[in-house]
Amino acid sequence: MGKTLLEKVWSAHAVRELGGGKTQLFVGRHFIHEVTSPQAFSMLKERNLSVHRPDLTFGTMDHVIPTDCPNRPFLDSVAEKMALELEKNVRNEGIAFFGPGSGRQGIVHVIGPELGISQPGTTICCGDSHTCTHGGVGAIAFGIGTSQVRDVLATQTVAAQKPGVRRVEVRGATARGVYAKDVALEIMRALGVNAGIGFAYEYCGSAVSRMDVEGRMTLCNMSIEGGARIGYVSPDDETIKYMQGRDFSPPAEKFSEAASYWKSMASDSDAEYDDSVFIDAQNIVPMVSWGTNPGQSIGIDQNIPKPESMAQGLRKPAEDALDYMGLVGGTPIAGTKIDVAFIGSCTNSRITDFRAAAAVLKGKRVAKSVRAIAVPGSEKVAMQARTEGIDGVFTDAGFEWRQTPGCSLCLAMNPDKLSGRQICASTSNRNFPGRQGSPSGRTLLMSPAMVAAAAICGEVADARKSV
Amino acid sequence: METIFQEKKAEMRADAVVNDKFIRAIEGTCVPVLGEDIDTDRIIPARFLTSITFEGLGELVFYDERFEASGNKKGHAFDDLRFEGASILIVNSNFGCGSSREHAPQALMRKGIRAIVGESFAGIFADNCCSIGIPAVRLKKEDLVWVAECAKGDPSAKARVSIEAGTFEYCGRVLAALQDESHKRAFLEGRWDAVYTLVEAQKDADKVAQSLPYLSFNVPSREFSDNAIAKKV
Repeated sequence: MGKTLLEKVWSAHAVRELGGGKTQLFVGRHFIHEVTSPQAFSMLKERNLSVHRPDLTFGTMDHVIPTDCPNRPFLDSVAEKMALELEKNVRNEGIAFFGPGSGRQGIVHVIGPELGISQPGTTICCGDSHTCTHGGVGAIAFGIGTSQVRDVLATQTVAAQKPGVRRVEVRGATARGVYAKDVALEIMRALGVNAGIGFAYEYCGSAVSRMDVEGRMTLCNMSIEGGARIGYVSPDDETIKYMQGRDFSPPAEKFSEAASYWKSMASDSDAEYDDSVFIDAQNIVPMVSWGTNPGQSIGIDQNIPKPESMAQGLRKPAEDALDYMGLVGGTPIAGTKIDVAFIGSCTNSRITDFRAAAAVLKGKRVAKSVRAIAVPGSEKVAMQARTEGIDGVFTDAGFEWRQTPGCSLCLAMNPDKLSGRQICASTSNRNFPGRQGSPSGRTLLMSPAMVAAAAICGEVADARKSV
Repeated sequence: METIFQEKKAEMRADAVVNDKFIRAIEGTCVPVLGEDIDTDRIIPARFLTSITFEGLGELVFYDERFEASGNKKGHAFDDLRFEGASILIVNSNFGCGSSREHAPQALMRKGIRAIVGESFAGIFADNCCSIGIPAVRLKKEDLVWVAECAKGDPSAKARVSIEAGTFEYCGRVLAALQDESHKRAFLEGRWDAVYTLVEAQKDADKVAQSLPYLSFNVPSREFSDNAIAKKV
């Protein structure tokens, strides 16, 4: 009987069983940022412990960065304090750090794969739930809390429960104008936001094989929104091609050795799964969320569901969500007015995302009533966008094109926040109440192309009709 | 004054890893915070994460659910005097979903919560609770409905979460309370602060590192990082 990538990686990294289903697992790559690491360093100090493998931890700054005005000291003194604390910790411990202006700074889940630090067949941890993003290159990557960040710093290991593996096969081919984000939202809609608890999602099928690695990252990024702490795509030729020539990729003389290791870790064709589900790619249309969790999403051509026609358990959450959103069941989602458009976040801030949005924006203008913001996921993405002239397409259309990468409006730990009951068409990953910084702010999740279309029209619109 | 005292006690407890590490049972009154899929942004909004410590989070727990923009109270259970001093939080399913922020259970702990009873918990949240010594146990849906009603009906009723027996004793009934086996053992054996357990096997961990092909063919170089640049200069 064959094995899944998860099983192979798990047994290669298992130090010992801790009882009760927990494994002490070696962590091949550890990423830290300014929000969830300072307390971990303090805990180490309190316990007289030191960083065991500083060479396997990598730091960047992303959450609190003001992406419009990154000059130091930051205007917000608390953000400055967090930045200084991170810089002090990485300096004291000899941890590699990619700060603003280094040419390599960015959102942790964008730069990890982009720099070639995140590799197939590795274990990756970070104090951030969207660490599952790195599964796009075939890594077993999962988010941890601050106490566990402490554990990884101290020992380069973590106590982790081995999840079951649910095979999520996306059959067939997606239609033109349908992106990885739409596939991810459709999976959340179909499976729900808590069905993944205790599971890792292995995405496969022809629609996934055809996705570029950046699309696979978008897909894996949303796994946690379905309750799955881990999501991954087995490494294939596309993955190996992606790994070539990156700053931290294996050197040329070792690359083929590396590639054969990566391929050997891919799921076997006769691997056994704990569960399997099938999604039909050709039925997926551009998706938009209508509620307050990512599973509350529908196709652009559909009506917002009526709570009374939903299954018993979903009814009350749907009523509460519609009440918060100020939307009405039975009416089309298309035409919903928006106030803000945001393209960015660890879900959708890679160069392919900006290319897709630029194709919609080219030669058009953002509606007067809309404030539109685009925030590249990394300095490398920003540089590439400049080379391709994409930043110009955005600014010509009336978008604010931010020079400094960061999490920005995804979670509003920085100056970018919604105000009042503003509605934001957003490429981020969470439409939770208050997520974008205003306690009554509203989020509509969609793909970069769809946000671009919404920005132009001033309302939710079908991006396929714009290009 | 009372809340400040409680928070101090809670923080002392967080630090008292050596003295108070065996967790066999939690006793106290209950406070229900109901609703499906309550995410960690709601438990502690991101704007309150701008700190380099966990101090002071207790008073900010569920902030946007508790207060209007004007600062007026909305009437949340945590501000209901009848539930004052409650140490057991009653919730529904997929509690703690979303962000991995440990600030969420830290805020609850600093508000005086010692155990959480719900239908299900998000994985990272449950692990974070375990890491700081807060049992999160699962009841059947129908039992939870009853428990929530009892808590609302008689906020002074004492409950007991028994880790060893796997039960929740409340208002004359003994209900089955499920928990992750690893969490149960960690509480009973006093190993929920996992770092010492992990340190014990450091040599074995280093052996595993040596066996990983990717660490030999590709020790990540630090020449690209800001630190290396700083050192060169």
